[in-house]
Amino acid sequence: MSNEDIQKGLAEIVEEVAGVAADDVTADKSFVDDLDIDSLSMVEIAVQAEDKFGVKIPDDELANLKTVGDAVKYIAASA
Amino acid sequence: MSTFATPAGRAGTRIVGLGSYQPDTVVSNHDLAQRMETSDEWIRERVGIVNRRFARPEEKLVDMAVEAGAKAVADAGLSPSDIGAVVVATCTMPSPIPNAAAQVADRIGVKAAPAFDLNAACAGFCYALGTASDMVRSGSADHVLVIGAEKLTDWVDPVDRSTAIIFADGAGAAVVGPADEPGIGPVAWGSAGDLVDTIHIADRNSFIFQEGQSVFRWATTQIAPVAQRAVEAAGLTLSDVDVFVPHQANLRIIEAIAKRLRANGAREDMLVARDIVESGNTSSASIPLAMDHMRAAGQISSGDVALLVGFGAGLSYAGQVVRCP
Ligand SMILES: CC(C)(COP(=O)(O)OP(=O)(O)OC[C@H]1O[C@@H](n2cnc3c(N)ncnc32)[C@H](O)[C@@H]1OP(=O)(O)O)[C@@H](O)C(=O)NCCC(=O)NCCS
Repeated sequence: MSNEDIQKGLAEIVEEVAGVAADDVTADKSFVDDLDIDSLSMVEIAVQAEDKFGVKIPDDELANLKTVGDAVKYIAASA
Repeated sequence: MSTFATPAGRAGTRIVGLGSYQPDTVVSNHDLAQRMETSDEWIRERVGIVNRRFARPEEKLVDMAVEAGAKAVADAGLSPSDIGAVVVATCTMPSPIPNAAAQVADRIGVKAAPAFDLNAACAGFCYALGTASDMVRSGSADHVLVIGAEKLTDWVDPVDRSTAIIFADGAGAAVVGPADEPGIGPVAWGSAGDLVDTIHIADRNSFIFQEGQSVFRWATTQIAPVAQRAVEAAGLTLSDVDVFVPHQANLRIIEAIAKRLRANGAREDMLVARDIVESGNTSSASIPLAMDHMRAAGQISSGDVALLVGFGAGLSYAGQVVRCP
């Protein structure tokens, strides 16, 4: 799966969980500061991303995924 | 060879009475913000609590359990002499002995009752309800008084903002009796002892510790399937559920579980208990408290199918469907 596809899939999850328009979910955006997503919604996003991409995103890894780009990179590396 | 006699037992069981008790002192998010670095907005958004009740220092867990239990017995139209056993679900007694149940039974007027405490933390009420139902079905007792009672403020650091904003005090009770038509479904229960470290009290001098996000992840992913198993065990489908009463841990957890249940067939108009908003997280007391409050508010009626599910430290979980009394 290309990084582009991962980002698109992730954006759908973010929209579904946090109500942020998928188009706003771009690589340079910070989940917390730019998209206003809190740590509990991040957990829900991680759970759905695990299902969708077949990866594991433990809580301590999750804490390091500050931007959408970080998450895409992590998923691409672990898939 | 001699043969042991066994009691005949009963075809089914039902909740025949409910009761609850909360301490008088209302503590708002604003009150907490005076004592620690937090805010009304943060607490509402992350956990959904607006107010909670704290017991006074001299008000004991047993006092709260007696109040709730006596009300449930009266609500069932029974007298204390009709009660054959008392089970108190609790994880916050001030000391391991004596248990709460024997004192509660004595003070309510249930003489020489079999009485024991059961600790499955926030899953305690559903564990105790399942146990009580099996006791009645097997003929060990005719009516069992089940009480969930907690004084969490004894075990919470009053200025630890990761726990003090969540936990509260209170008691809720139900009387389980025999019924020709089963009104308590089989319990779906279990534990995940490998996750023991995520919520615990390390020793007698420690306060409750929890890894909030790990617990959140576990509860939002693992509990909906338990609730579904409870529904299936009773031979029902999720669309039969009129009201969903999960342990009142965190409103975000409650809503996430309800969303999963709806995605799997629960009705859009299924009522979801939100008693946490005004009561906080009272561990084993939260489910009977929510049921009693919803009944008082006219939100649930006798005969409604309620899906109960408790989950918490252990980790432990249990759920069953019941008909509202
Ligand atoms: C406890 C819980 C509310 C904490 O929420 P969280 O989002 O995981 O909180 P975190 O510890 O990650 O903190 C997130 C941020 O909020 C801040 N914060 C934590 N608690 C706060 C509080 N009470 N008030 C204000 N801010 C708080 C943190 O400092 C952190 O800020 P930072 O990112 O700038 O450092 C949440 O994890 C939870 O409710 N989990 C489920 C627990 C539960 O239900 N237990 C009962 C089971 S029976």
